[in-house]
Amino acid sequence: MTQALIQIRNLHFSRGQSKIFDGIDMDIHAGRITAIMGPSGTGKTTLLKLIGGQLRPDDGEIIVDGLNVHQLKRSDLYKLRKKMGMLFQSGALLTDLTVFENIAYPLREHTNLSESMIHSMVLIKLQAVGLSTAHVLMPAELSGGMARRVALARALALDPMMIMYDEPFTGQDPISLGVLVKLIRETNHALKLTSILVSHDVEETMSIADDVKIISQGKVVAEGTKKEIQHSDSPWVRQFIDGQADGPVPFHYPGDSIEQQLLQGVK
Amino acid sequence: MKALNRLFTRLGRGSIFLTKILSGIPQLFLRFGLVVQQLYSVGVKTLFITLVAGLFVGMVLALQLYYTLSTFGATDTLGMLVDLSLVRELGPVVAALLFAGRAGSALTAEIGLMKATEQLSGLEMMAVDPVDRIIAPRFLAGVISMPLLAGIFSAVGILGAYSVGVDLLGVDSGAFWSQIQAKVDFYDDVLNGIIKSFVFGFIVSWIAVFEGYDCVPTSEGVSSATTRTVVNSSLAVLAMDFVLTAIMYQ
Repeated sequence: MTQALIQIRNLHFSRGQSKIFDGIDMDIHAGRITAIMGPSGTGKTTLLKLIGGQLRPDDGEIIVDGLNVHQLKRSDLYKLRKKMGMLFQSGALLTDLTVFENIAYPLREHTNLSESMIHSMVLIKLQAVGLSTAHVLMPAELSGGMARRVALARALALDPMMIMYDEPFTGQDPISLGVLVKLIRETNHALKLTSILVSHDVEETMSIADDVKIISQGKVVAEGTKKEIQHSDSPWVRQFIDGQADGPVPFHYPGDSIEQQLLQGVK
Repeated sequence: MKALNRLFTRLGRGSIFLTKILSGIPQLFLRFGLVVQQLYSVGVKTLFITLVAGLFVGMVLALQLYYTLSTFGATDTLGMLVDLSLVRELGPVVAALLFAGRAGSALTAEIGLMKATEQLSGLEMMAVDPVDRIIAPRFLAGVISMPLLAGIFSAVGILGAYSVGVDLLGVDSGAFWSQIQAKVDFYDDVLNGIIKSFVFGFIVSWIAVFEGYDCVPTSEGVSSATTRTVVNSSLAVLAMDFVLTAIMYQ
């Protein structure tokens, strides 16, 4: 096993009264695609924001590439973020810029490259996602799948060491889904990236992940390689992978039973 | 008590946010193109409503004042009275209210939507500070635009008053302009008006960008933030106008 690029230790995080993470530990290894899965609302996107330093944990630490993310000065955090790409669920493209300008944006901000070099680099990145001819379009003219491919090209613009994908498959038609799965797999292997893939699309995610971690109710309830997870007999894993309505994650929202509610009458 | 607590918490957050914006402004002189773009969105696009409103306010002022002044046989002072009303009060205040409704609401909605669609988070993850690149240029453009718009409002208002007073009601043209020249002081009247509009521009822009940046990132949240911008900035302009007038003309 390669060394852990990201180490999460005893992570606690709450939103108001709701506890999102209750002391989770996790290692994410360099050069691999790690899928973080779990039911909706379990804090998968929150975990990415914590890794990227956009949120602060209540307790615990996150070490990325040897640096404690939440103890870094702002300038050092920004230096670290240049090595992190993130693909947001919505794409998060700047809507007043063309596709070309969106991808050129981080290059213009963080490098002193000449305009001709930026032009070449942007087209190369767009070619990698199959959209070099779409560079003149505005984000509003793109389909959901195309917007995510452009966002991927932008995330790759600064040649990061890792990429975080936030629900990349949600709401995609089968063709776009196939394209995204292929792109994530090929980009990771070709550029030797470390990828963190947050998703609850079991089939697509399991098809490209090397390691899988399942989060539920503030804890990591199962983790291992893809094969280990596929053959696990843990009730948490089986409920999630097989899509069972009831199990450790209850079908009914916790609270009074229906009999008690009926007896209470109209308040 | 809870409402008071919430008010002071927001004021505190807004003040911290303002210091972040102000600390990002010196860098903008190296990237002034960002401000110029916003001067167009915030200032130029507010020009039409300012011109039309200024013209009508000036015309109405001339009508109202003419009928009052004619009872004393003092219609020659029409130009001076219109000018003082516009330059000291109506120009800065009405232009600021229009600015809050047109540009302030647009600023809040734009920034709020950028937050809701994760564009601001996307910038942060690209190691680009959204306060420096998105908020500060919009704020500075608002502060620069406001005195210019108020000046244009007053100038067009005076022309509107001239067209009604001189062309329609028969006030002497020479008296109209000479009274303005004789009685309107640059420092006491014009400069104080410019200072007022600068302060109003600062307040409206601050409220607008803060409400957008601090909004709940949902459609309802953006909508409430936009409403708050118009209501709060209009009230703040009127309250601050009283304070400034009390200080300037005591």
